[in-house]
Amino acid sequence: MRAAMQNPATISRPRASVWTDPQVRGWLFQIIAVIAVVAIGWYLFHNTQHNLAQRGIISGFGFLDQSAGFGISQHLIDYTESDSYGRVFVIGLLNTLLVSAIGIVLATILGFILGVARLSPNWLISKLATVYIETFRNIPPLLQIFFWYFAVFLPLPGPRQSLNLGDTFFLSNRGLNMPSPNMAEGFWPFLIAVVVALVAVWVLARWALRRFEATGRSFPTLITSLVLIVALPGLAMLVFGDPFHWTVPELKGFNYRGGWVLIPELMALTLALTVYTAAFIAENVRSGIQAVSHGQTEAARSLGLPAGKTLRLVIIPQALRVIIPPLTSQYLNLAKNSSLAAGIGYPDMVSLFAGTTLNQTGQAIEAIAITMSVYLAISISISILMNWYNKRIALIER
Amino acid sequence: MEVHQFRPSLPPPRMSVGVVGWLRSNLFSNWFNTLLTLLAIYLVWLIVPPLLKWAVFEADWVGTTRADCTGEGACWVFIKERFSQFMYGFYPAELRWRVDLTVWLAVIGAAPLFVSAMPRKALYGAAFLVIYPLLAFWLLHGGFLGLTEVETSQWGGLMLTLVIAAVGIAGALPLGIVLALGRRSKMPAIRVICVTFIEFWRGVPLITVLFMSSVMLPLFLPEGLSFDKLLRALIGVILFQSAYIAEVVRGGLQAIPKGQYEAAAAMGLGYWRMMGLVILPQALKLVIPGIVNTFIALFKDTSLVIIIGLFDLLNSIKQATTDPAWLGMATEGYVFAALVFWIFCFGMSRYSMRLERKLDTGHKR
Amino acid sequence: MKMVKSTLAVLTTAAVLGVSGFAQAGATLDAVKKKGFVQCGISDGLPGFSYADAKGNYLGIDVDVCRAVAAAVFGDASKVKYSPLTAKERFTALQSGEVDMLSRNTTWTSSRDAAMGLNFTGVTYYDGQGFLVNKKLGVSSAKELDGATVCIQAGTTTELNLADYFRANGLKYTPITYDTSDESAKSLESGRCDVLTSDQSQLYAQRIKLAAPDDYVVLPEVISKEPLGPAVRQGDEEWFDIVRWSLLAQLNAEELGITSANVEEMAKSTKNPDVARLLGAEGDFGKDLKLPKDWAVKIIKQVGNYGEIFDRNVGAGSELKIERGLNALWNKGGLQYAPPVR
Repeated sequence: MRAAMQNPATISRPRASVWTDPQVRGWLFQIIAVIAVVAIGWYLFHNTQHNLAQRGIISGFGFLDQSAGFGISQHLIDYTESDSYGRVFVIGLLNTLLVSAIGIVLATILGFILGVARLSPNWLISKLATVYIETFRNIPPLLQIFFWYFAVFLPLPGPRQSLNLGDTFFLSNRGLNMPSPNMAEGFWPFLIAVVVALVAVWVLARWALRRFEATGRSFPTLITSLVLIVALPGLAMLVFGDPFHWTVPELKGFNYRGGWVLIPELMALTLALTVYTAAFIAENVRSGIQAVSHGQTEAARSLGLPAGKTLRLVIIPQALRVIIPPLTSQYLNLAKNSSLAAGIGYPDMVSLFAGTTLNQTGQAIEAIAITMSVYLAISISISILMNWYNKRIALIER
Repeated sequence: MEVHQFRPSLPPPRMSVGVVGWLRSNLFSNWFNTLLTLLAIYLVWLIVPPLLKWAVFEADWVGTTRADCTGEGACWVFIKERFSQFMYGFYPAELRWRVDLTVWLAVIGAAPLFVSAMPRKALYGAAFLVIYPLLAFWLLHGGFLGLTEVETSQWGGLMLTLVIAAVGIAGALPLGIVLALGRRSKMPAIRVICVTFIEFWRGVPLITVLFMSSVMLPLFLPEGLSFDKLLRALIGVILFQSAYIAEVVRGGLQAIPKGQYEAAAAMGLGYWRMMGLVILPQALKLVIPGIVNTFIALFKDTSLVIIIGLFDLLNSIKQATTDPAWLGMATEGYVFAALVFWIFCFGMSRYSMRLERKLDTGHKR
Repeated sequence: MKMVKSTLAVLTTAAVLGVSGFAQAGATLDAVKKKGFVQCGISDGLPGFSYADAKGNYLGIDVDVCRAVAAAVFGDASKVKYSPLTAKERFTALQSGEVDMLSRNTTWTSSRDAAMGLNFTGVTYYDGQGFLVNKKLGVSSAKELDGATVCIQAGTTTELNLADYFRANGLKYTPITYDTSDESAKSLESGRCDVLTSDQSQLYAQRIKLAAPDDYVVLPEVISKEPLGPAVRQGDEEWFDIVRWSLLAQLNAEELGITSANVEEMAKSTKNPDVARLLGAEGDFGKDLKLPKDWAVKIIKQVGNYGEIFDRNVGAGSELKIERGLNALWNKGGLQYAPPVR
């Protein structure tokens, strides 16, 4: 490509004038462009500085240490009203990450199921998947969030009439209340048993693979692992007693006390983002699978691989190479769309920091600059992570 | 002498042709498939009848007030009564013909562009793209040449949604092309500037861009210069969208075989003429479907202007649901909004798929 | 890598902005006169204070404050253009010069006055924060709200007062913050929260927007001082005085018994020197403000005195039916007190 871009004039220079020399012109052009960008930047900066100064607006990042003084409905780390705006920022960031993480996991699972369903030989299943995909990807995510929140979760009954699921889970318009675990006497043995089981499974898997590669004899790794993971901690529980005792939520006064709660804002946001993004992921998965030529399937089957193994060992590894790059951008979109939380009062970074904090302190430039930088950082990290994974997968290629 | 007569071939087994055969091969080929089919039928049965009952059979269609909604189902009277507000916002009722005219002009004016046999299409298209926006601005905003002014704060509803989407894409396209060329430039300074610009806008959510344009932009501008709220939102949308267009166009530029560049250079064409006459016409043709897809994304994203207090379709509907006379109509409102957005987006995505097939002239490697 | 660079660029730009300085007198009045109207920032929909009727006309106390300023400057109360602003946008809109004045039920606080480059010109409405609850809860005092879920509008002083009040009384609560008052009202109605807290005037306004207003009651406690008033940019004393005295003229008019019905009559035939000075029959107060001599006559004729405005928008003559209370004149047991014109 670079060779193509080379102008023939660089090869032979019949003309004398300096101005027609493409290299000189290139430099000139670049210098002008840089000067223009710097000038625009300086101009905006100067205006801002002048405006702030003239209007007596205080600026700088000092406000991050000031006490915030307002309450927050969901905080993953301890928070009281006397904590600083800096901590508010961290809480907002964690809430954003929480929604993004749950959304990404759920959307990936649902998206893969739908993508495979869309290619199913079963006519009904594939049509249902198509209808789902075409419906949900053509409706704005904000609208879907509003729908789930205002039309589904808010009309649920109040806490006193909440839907009771076995006296442990309670669903109301205050959210889903569930028991929370507390450490009990059997906790440490249980934890150790889990760790031992996991290590054993890992060792077993490596051994099974090596034996398979050496001798061709396969080992029922999956079943053995499952047995290990269930049996060891179960044994520990039997011997040392329950690892947790559960705090079941109880209706006291206005609300449930004790236990954990998934607030409806979080559920509406996660559900809407999952449903929306899954439709796009499904399409990526479909095109990825279709990109693997049918000959691969036929070859695998003629080698005697059963259908499950064909899919697992032949089709998916090849399809993933096509799926991963667009999947990355869907993950990024989901993380960015989580900022729509502002519409329904979920305390994410945008609504807490670029909203409430901005408004209480009046420091618009600082608040928005910080918020934007964090999103840039999240975007870059997800890209880097997925590029790394993509490279690892791409190594399979000849 | 006996001549051997072939027996006529037997018909295929009854189980493998016709409806039964189709059912067998598509729905009930093995036990797992059968299970799936039954599950799917159950799912459909669970969703479709109640939905139809709510939306059609038990819905209320006639009347003018909430009291006319007596059925169990949806109350479409609400949509009917507020329809003009959803379409035009607070645009003065006696001037709404101007909005209608603008839309019709767009439809009539753009129609020839979709006729394949149309001669001098490019010229016509260019003229349309120059004249129409001016005409549309005059009709919608007025304030000169005999039309009364309608301030942008009175714009709203679907009309505002369309204005933001259309202006957004029209403004972002030229900027996006320049950025794409810049990103593929061999001049390092230009490339760095363009890459930084593109990656910055692609890395942040549109909502923060809108916040920035509504809250920060006024502080960036010299004193005394202030923009309309809508214009500020449009600037934000254009900058944001241009980065995405740039990436789409870059894809097109990369798909042009390098022989084209070499041939153009061999003819002695300079950079701009090479791009303008040889590369871009081919590249842009390739990326039209991509641009349509970007437009669909933008169309959906316009709903975010709700966050900065502009009354687009979604916000008009949301506002109407808080009217005490029509409380409890949130579901109807959102379903209607979803339907409108869906019709536009689905229509455009079908169009883009058709284009993709039509334009696939084998350039891609 | 390139994205990292741009991140750094944003951060450094923001970090370098550590400046402050002295304000200088601008010329808002000249600019307003030149463009021919007052650009006024108002609320995005609050019955009684500023809201649009079905035809798109703006009404309310806050709107009338803007109209009074236009009447003083141009002699025509209709020369106002309104910018409906969200709570988030309001301060930057004023700071950046997008609006000439902000009249958006904004509480006068020290930080807003000092750190945000604003100047409050007076108090149009003495308000206080209260609670709106469903009668079904059987709550009669805010002290019984331990453990309640509370709906609030984000970024307001109410959000801070609420936290202070519950902390001071050792009560626990869960806040749910929304961007608009409509959303919080809807949320209260659905039962997502037990209590809606806001300025009392707003609670009354919100209550009439609910489906069954009689099911809800405003609790007796008032937990904060919320003096609401118009604000202008710092550094332009001339404009500040005009906005301040447009309100004070209306208060003085009520005290002196001048109404929109009798103002022209009184301007011609008054014997009371206070009335004569206010209405421009005596002295040169209008000229001091760089306004026409009959500025106050125009305000009262076209917009009314303070009592009329209150009554029409939020008082007995409106749907809200709010008592004068703290907003009665000082000689009738309230707090509204205007310095004399002399």
